[in-house]
Amino acid sequence: MDINTVRGISTFFVMAAFLGICWWAYSSHRKSRFEEAANLPFDDDEIAERTFKETEKKDHE
Amino acid sequence: MSTGNDNTTYNYKVVRQFAIMTVVWGIVGMAVGVLIAAQLVWPQLNFDLPWTSFGRLRPLHTNAVIFAFGGSALFATSYYVVQRTSQARLFSDTLAAFTFWGWQAIIVAAAITLPLGFTSTKEYAELEWPIDIAIAIVWVSYAIVFFGTIMRRKMKHIYVANWFYGAFIITIAVLHIVNNLEVPVTAWKSYSIYAGTIDAMVQWWYGHNAVGFFLTAGFLGMMYYFVPKQAGRPVYSYRLSIVHFWALISIYVWAGAHHLHYSALPDWAQSAGMVMSLILLAPSWGGMINGMMTLSGAWHKLRTDPILRFLVVSLSFYGMSTFEGPMMSIKTVNALSHNTDWTVGHVHSGALGWVAMISIGAIYHLIPKLHGLKDMYSVSLINVHFWLATIGTVLYIASMWVNGIMQGLMWRAVNADGTLTYSFVEAVVASGPGYFVRALGGLVFLAGMLIMAYNVWMTVKQKDAVALDNAPHTA
Repeated sequence: MDINTVRGISTFFVMAAFLGICWWAYSSHRKSRFEEAANLPFDDDEIAERTFKETEKKDHE
Repeated sequence: MSTGNDNTTYNYKVVRQFAIMTVVWGIVGMAVGVLIAAQLVWPQLNFDLPWTSFGRLRPLHTNAVIFAFGGSALFATSYYVVQRTSQARLFSDTLAAFTFWGWQAIIVAAAITLPLGFTSTKEYAELEWPIDIAIAIVWVSYAIVFFGTIMRRKMKHIYVANWFYGAFIITIAVLHIVNNLEVPVTAWKSYSIYAGTIDAMVQWWYGHNAVGFFLTAGFLGMMYYFVPKQAGRPVYSYRLSIVHFWALISIYVWAGAHHLHYSALPDWAQSAGMVMSLILLAPSWGGMINGMMTLSGAWHKLRTDPILRFLVVSLSFYGMSTFEGPMMSIKTVNALSHNTDWTVGHVHSGALGWVAMISIGAIYHLIPKLHGLKDMYSVSLINVHFWLATIGTVLYIASMWVNGIMQGLMWRAVNADGTLTYSFVEAVVASGPGYFVRALGGLVFLAGMLIMAYNVWMTVKQKDAVALDNAPHTA
């Protein structure tokens, strides 16, 4: 096969991969899952608080 | 997601250590930067000593700000973000402590060997082979701590910030090892295993991805956690962040050839590098817009919150320099800008405006959180710092634009008979005023960092005061 055919095909595959990722990210199936994921930075205050209580305990021991 | 059913705590100690060292190395690295900027205005400041000459101090400046300041900021924030978004403690406290002390030891080794003249002469990879090996060991330990923590996560999904941090850690390991393959001849001298043009291409594949992954992907990880957290709302579009990630990491690795325009590198490789650099504008701006739009509906917070201001202005500088970069990679533009101060200005619009400002914002967010406090000691001092940083950056990049374009035009000017209109030294003399403004800009930026150090110091002391108040009276 001519090397330029391979180059042409590779361009097509990259394009297909890009469109695939867009389709995957924007399909309605995954909407709620991603909304949940977007809220991960706001989910862990409990552990942060516990971290301080534990350190304070250690400081006074 | 329920987190109340176990007794997980976070390792804040290593984050605190790296956060403090970010401020310390920031001041050291930028102070060296101001010194070498002043040397270009007043050459007497080279002191006629080999150890303090521009050629030896310049790599000390770049290594200090990129790897000591930027590196510490990345370690601090990645360890913090990966714990908080995985709801898990670091994989190993001991290994994390090893990465801290190992990284500090490497920085000290760099600060000693570079002024002594030990260098492999590869830009941003000047350190000699024993230090290279130490970096590889610390970096693999970093990867184990980071990915080990991700494996301990409480939920199925890996938050997008961790994708960026993860890509940064893996790619830097590959880049560092491949670019530093060298044959040692003595304890402090080695030669690259590559030769000629291939050596140059490997070097700039490394060099540009040091920008793309160390100075971009890692800091985008920072953006995806600290901008939403400081604005108090989730990222504008999580779906865009996924497309952003894959597009950015798959394109960045191909752009390095634009550093070798009009060199011995084959023409097709130069053009390929240029095209990939132009495409790069799309994912870069996609990410910037995603960060900015996170503030939609919360723009008023910018009026009262200087930390958010740092984060948002860093994104503006990011947008500006990722527009400027692709433009400079166009071969006809590059014919004017190549080897001029324009390049230096472009780097600093990214380094001061984007990397430093988002790190500073993130550290101001972190310091009180890491010490169990609500706010920094002084919010108005953060505001003062914000304005010093912004003014310093603008002075720096504007003077370098003027210098760069002027140098490019002077170098290419020819008389009717084909001889050069200006000798090289005439362009140097004409650059003098620009060098002065640049040094001034750097000094203003550094002054902001000193104010930050004071503010951080007072905040940490405040924490001790609170602890004293809470201590049981044992009179």
